[in-house]
Amino acid sequence: MSTPQSAATTDEVVIDCRVNKIFYGNFLAVRDSHVPILKNKITGFIGPSGCGKSTVLKSINRMNDLVRSFRFEGEIRFEGQDLYAKNVDPVTVRRYIGMVFQQPNPFSMSIYENVAFGLRLARYKGDYDARVEEALKGAALWDEVKDKLKNNGMSLSGGQQQRLCIARAIATRPPVILMDEPASALDPIATRQIEELMVELKKDYTVAIVTHNMQQALRVADKTAFFAVDISRGGRTGYLVEMGDTRELFENPREALTREYLSGEFS
Amino acid sequence: MAARKTDQAQPGSTSACRPPTTLDTLVDRTFRGLTLCFAWLTLLLIIYIFWRIGGTAIPAMHKFGISFLTSTDWDPGQGRFGILPEIWGTLYSSLLALFGGGIFGVAIAVFLTQDFLPHNVTVVLKSIIELLAAIPSVVYGLWGIFVLIPLIRPLADWLHLHLGWLPFFSTSLSGPGLFPAALVLSIMILPTVAAISQDALAAIPAKIREAAFGMGATRWESILRVFLPTASGGIFGALVLGFGRALGETMALAMLVGNSNQLTLSLFSPANTLAALLALNFPEASDYEVRVLMYAAVVLLVITFLVNVAGQLIITATLRTGGSK
Repeated sequence: MSTPQSAATTDEVVIDCRVNKIFYGNFLAVRDSHVPILKNKITGFIGPSGCGKSTVLKSINRMNDLVRSFRFEGEIRFEGQDLYAKNVDPVTVRRYIGMVFQQPNPFSMSIYENVAFGLRLARYKGDYDARVEEALKGAALWDEVKDKLKNNGMSLSGGQQQRLCIARAIATRPPVILMDEPASALDPIATRQIEELMVELKKDYTVAIVTHNMQQALRVADKTAFFAVDISRGGRTGYLVEMGDTRELFENPREALTREYLSGEFS
Repeated sequence: MAARKTDQAQPGSTSACRPPTTLDTLVDRTFRGLTLCFAWLTLLLIIYIFWRIGGTAIPAMHKFGISFLTSTDWDPGQGRFGILPEIWGTLYSSLLALFGGGIFGVAIAVFLTQDFLPHNVTVVLKSIIELLAAIPSVVYGLWGIFVLIPLIRPLADWLHLHLGWLPFFSTSLSGPGLFPAALVLSIMILPTVAAISQDALAAIPAKIREAAFGMGATRWESILRVFLPTASGGIFGALVLGFGRALGETMALAMLVGNSNQLTLSLFSPANTLAALLALNFPEASDYEVRVLMYAAVVLLVITFLVNVAGQLIITATLRTGGSK
């Protein structure tokens, strides 16, 4: 197998993610993947199931630390700081690198309190109403909920809930937002809204998104990283096959494996 | 018979599809009928209990009326009966127990459900706490008399000496009294509160946990701001059940509460509860006194009934709004 190649970058790298090895217990889940994430760009992670794309994404804001047996070798540099250095608190990392999950997961509290949650954690002293409104507008949800901010977040439809989760993630204006298959539980119309929203978001934020849907990556991502599963050594270890400009990768992949995947020969 | 019919309908067929036999249907119907019967029987049983106790109590209700609830005398010799101190003692001791057992029970539930400990230690601790429920209440009573009361005496004396101006500490501990009774009651309702709160906390979906930690909440913030509000319906149910259990607890209280008919705020003073009153007076009660005691039993039943109904209503209300502010 070839060594993973990083995209030629002139743009500013916000997160430089170098995975040497990720283990769950003794199981080697991901190896040798270098994914630079560029400022104000959408970086898409694609690949067949089990290829480790979600694992790598969740390593970036240290969500995997919640898994007891998780072990990370490598380094992820965010504004020059290694996020896996000993003195780094995972909680702090998650406050600067927001996350939107596969299943919409609003809290069982009012729409307003859902969005204000991060502000309250940060003991924000400014105007809450303004920030909540701004976040809801940023998530393209304001018009639908402005008259029922007191209603429970769980009372919204699936697509609205997911946009509420995006509003919750952006209310504190974190520099980076990770999205783990944010549209996979949604219907086509809601999916489209989320995709349009992502493109809006990249003006102000850096976005990394995992998707199992190649067309979605083609529609929204500026850079795409293609992961695959290596079964050559008897395991099922994910690794980065190649990464580059999305158009380039889809039209002119360097690796045969990428071409086969993109043409639908395996999934 | 049914099987033969199907064979005739599809002669030579290799299909093994058959309708349920008459016996299958019969068993199913009988089963459903029986479960329905049993379900209604529990309701009938409750009505029967109310009817018998209420029936026996009616003469006393006519004779004493409302004054039974507002009078503080209990003098069988003079034929004067009033249960206000017992009503007060029942509610006061149960509220104190709810306070103590509630705080500890919910705290234990949080501790055991939020991955503070390795899994096997959690399992052991859970069973130990459930064991508390298996201790007979008379043993709790004895433990209270011989261990707890001597143990808390120095603390009680100190509180009375230094904070005696507070109504809660206005008398000195004379032995059995509200404070030891409430402490033992707290321990007795602890397993109920802890077990049901644990179920409520464990039922929080994994995606909500991910959401809280994903927002960069610390464990403390996640528990306080997300998990406890999300599980509030179930936790409240646990508290109501614990309170109900405390209201009806008899033996340990009869041994520990002091059985003295006084209305008091002081934690160290002896008092009485409805259940203890019933337990201690029944054995030597005349026919006439039994009617009076039955009146007291009706009052206890109504109190527990109201508490449970109120609890149910609040749980339904919190579930509907999803625990939102």
